[in-house]
Amino acid sequence: MTVNGWFQILLFLAIVLALTKPLGIFMARVFSGERTILDAILRPIERLLYRITGVDEKHEMRWTEYAVAMLLFSVVSMIVLYLLQRLQGYLPLNPQHLGAVNPPVLAFNTAASFTTNTNWQNYSGETTMSYFTQMAGLAYHNFTSAAVGIVLAIAFIRGIARREMKTIGNFWVDLVRCSLWVLLPLCILGSLVLVSQGVVQNFRPYDKIKLVEPMQVPKVDSNGKPVLGPDGKQLSDTVTEQTIAQGPVASQEIIKELGTNGGGFFNANSSHPFENPTPLSDYIELIAIFSLGSALTYTLGQMTGSHRHGWAVWSAMAILFLAGVTVAYWAEARGNPLLAGTNQRPTAAQAGGNMEGKEVRFGVTDSALWATVTTDTSCGAINSWHDSFTPLGGMVPLTNIMLSEVVFGGVGSGMYGMLIDIILAVFIAGLMVGRTPEYLGKKIEAYDVKMAMLVILIFPLVILGFAAVSVVYGFGTSSILNPGPHGLSEILYAFTSQAGNNGSAFAGLTTNTLWYNSAGGITMLVGRFLMIIPMLAIAGNLAGKKYVPPSLGTFPVTTPLFTVLLIGVILIVGALTFFPALSLGPILEHLLMAAGKTF
Amino acid sequence: MKKNLVTAVLMTIATTILLGVIYPLVVTGLAQLLFPKKANGELIEKNGVLVGSALIGQGFSGPAYFHSRPSAAGNGWDAANSGGSNYGPTNHKFIDRVHQDVTTLQAENPGQPIPVDMVTTSASGFDPDITPAAAEFQLARVAKERGISIDQLQSLVAKHTQERQWGFLGERRVNVLELNLELDARYPATKRASAARN
Repeated sequence: MTVNGWFQILLFLAIVLALTKPLGIFMARVFSGERTILDAILRPIERLLYRITGVDEKHEMRWTEYAVAMLLFSVVSMIVLYLLQRLQGYLPLNPQHLGAVNPPVLAFNTAASFTTNTNWQNYSGETTMSYFTQMAGLAYHNFTSAAVGIVLAIAFIRGIARREMKTIGNFWVDLVRCSLWVLLPLCILGSLVLVSQGVVQNFRPYDKIKLVEPMQVPKVDSNGKPVLGPDGKQLSDTVTEQTIAQGPVASQEIIKELGTNGGGFFNANSSHPFENPTPLSDYIELIAIFSLGSALTYTLGQMTGSHRHGWAVWSAMAILFLAGVTVAYWAEARGNPLLAGTNQRPTAAQAGGNMEGKEVRFGVTDSALWATVTTDTSCGAINSWHDSFTPLGGMVPLTNIMLSEVVFGGVGSGMYGMLIDIILAVFIAGLMVGRTPEYLGKKIEAYDVKMAMLVILIFPLVILGFAAVSVVYGFGTSSILNPGPHGLSEILYAFTSQAGNNGSAFAGLTTNTLWYNSAGGITMLVGRFLMIIPMLAIAGNLAGKKYVPPSLGTFPVTTPLFTVLLIGVILIVGALTFFPALSLGPILEHLLMAAGKTF
Repeated sequence: MKKNLVTAVLMTIATTILLGVIYPLVVTGLAQLLFPKKANGELIEKNGVLVGSALIGQGFSGPAYFHSRPSAAGNGWDAANSGGSNYGPTNHKFIDRVHQDVTTLQAENPGQPIPVDMVTTSASGFDPDITPAAAEFQLARVAKERGISIDQLQSLVAKHTQERQWGFLGERRVNVLELNLELDARYPATKRASAARN
């Protein structure tokens, strides 16, 4: 670990902190229908959209109608994405003449993945998806799935803020305002900044370039098996050309980070120089991932009239972020003790550390920082391969997702996930003092706690259930790349990432199979929608309740004590659920690595 | 329910046109106008032929060139198949691969530990950069093959060494393709060296 490394990490957090209030106030204004400086341009577009789609912007919805509208929109847009992939051969902007995405179960998995804001990818972008599918299908879902997440969090916040009302807003209005006012302006600006760093934005066919030095590569047959000559020696081919994949990348890259989606234009995601060419583009993308999730804590404070509560929640998130990044950075900077003969120490001439699966321009600092940020949120974009992290370094992203990605969190989903944890924390505090728990003037009763527990229990159920099946049967274990405890980590990570709608992977696991495509698709849909429905039920129930003024017996949710209690609840719930599985995966591997054992 | 279903269909179509088609087209137009070279991948032309992108690494194995990091991308360095090895830290195939590379490289500089980026695969599969330590490790070999002094070569490497962006972002690095292209232009490999290579 270096001083410069820590400076980068702490400055990053400071920038996120500085953006929290202005962005938070802006979002509160947008969703309360107040005037903003963008109205002159966006109001006419908004009105036009409502006229085309038949939306009455004055109409208010109960939580049930809000949920139905959200589900209908998700189903319809998911079907469109499936069809786009299957029909891309007949559609424009396909200079590489890529055919339909095959097999159909892969197109299903991808449609489920992008609709749920997961962006798990069982395909490789540059060899599978046409430019049109990327922009009108995948990048489009990056917008809408992010907007859906944000508006659900807003609906929940309204549920807390409103008194004795039956409604929580209008889904269509929230969706449109989020896309037009919040996401689109930031994306236009951000994508151009990324292009200035070298992120490509074009519709060129892939470029063919002549290699400076022709290369000898092992000759392989159509099955990927090496071809041997008559003397039993490996034959080789001379490669003189390199194909350079292109595309409209910047416009997708920025919404992929800002909307905590994470689906790479290219297979190598944000480690690809065309997605993330410089340390500055890396920093901007990192800030984009955290900014909206962080700002929503201020929006929570603003809309419920308790700014100090918003900051208490922000502090809990910041502490959990720092804990994660410290472990990941420390573990990666230490390097891999099994690589005898290499120099992994940091000097002026190299950053050192565990460099397998990492890029030189990022080094261990920006790679460990990215791995933490992308899993604190439900982003899942990567700039280094988590599968090749040291055991403890790789345990940080895995644990972050297991804690339900509430550290700034997926846009919206992190906020409402955190609100569930808050309800649980307030409930436990209420049990300790022996009074009915209250949260910002609302009594938390049996119905609310039952729904909150449903959200908390569905999550480990799908992860551990599917992972258990996968480690027992051949169709699950045959996909493992790295044997030993690491293989368990790969499978555990796959289902955790998909249930948490994260989308990053221990990518050695071969998941483009019938089992992983279908089980994964189901996991992503459950992880998104089965969590949303009980959450909206709480919101609707809270909105109808009377306001109870705080009394001496009310546990205050604005103090450092509350922050500590909240962190405690998050860690205890996560640890009790997942510690046994973690101890057989990364923890065991760490001990065996220290003992010099390989698999 | 029915009204919301109709809205869902129309909303999907309308927002797809706005966010999925108009938005990327507008950004492409602006990008091509403001940053034409960057938006097209910083391609490098030599004598009318495209020889690479400044951002995408190429494989080099001849002794007269600086070598890039190992790659796990398709067919060596095919930039249409990006990706890493995904080897876990205790996988013996990974450990064996590193040990083999260490042995090969140590023949060049006996007794010296190998800068770790020289024996580990990058994330993208075509990392354009190596660390200054990895460049220094290769100085003696390249200088000998090119028939120039180590000092001359060192100043060329220094010229292609990028400092941390804004003084603190990222890590110091050397762009291998740009360095090798300038080597070819200024100090063509001697006949003896290229004969030895063939």
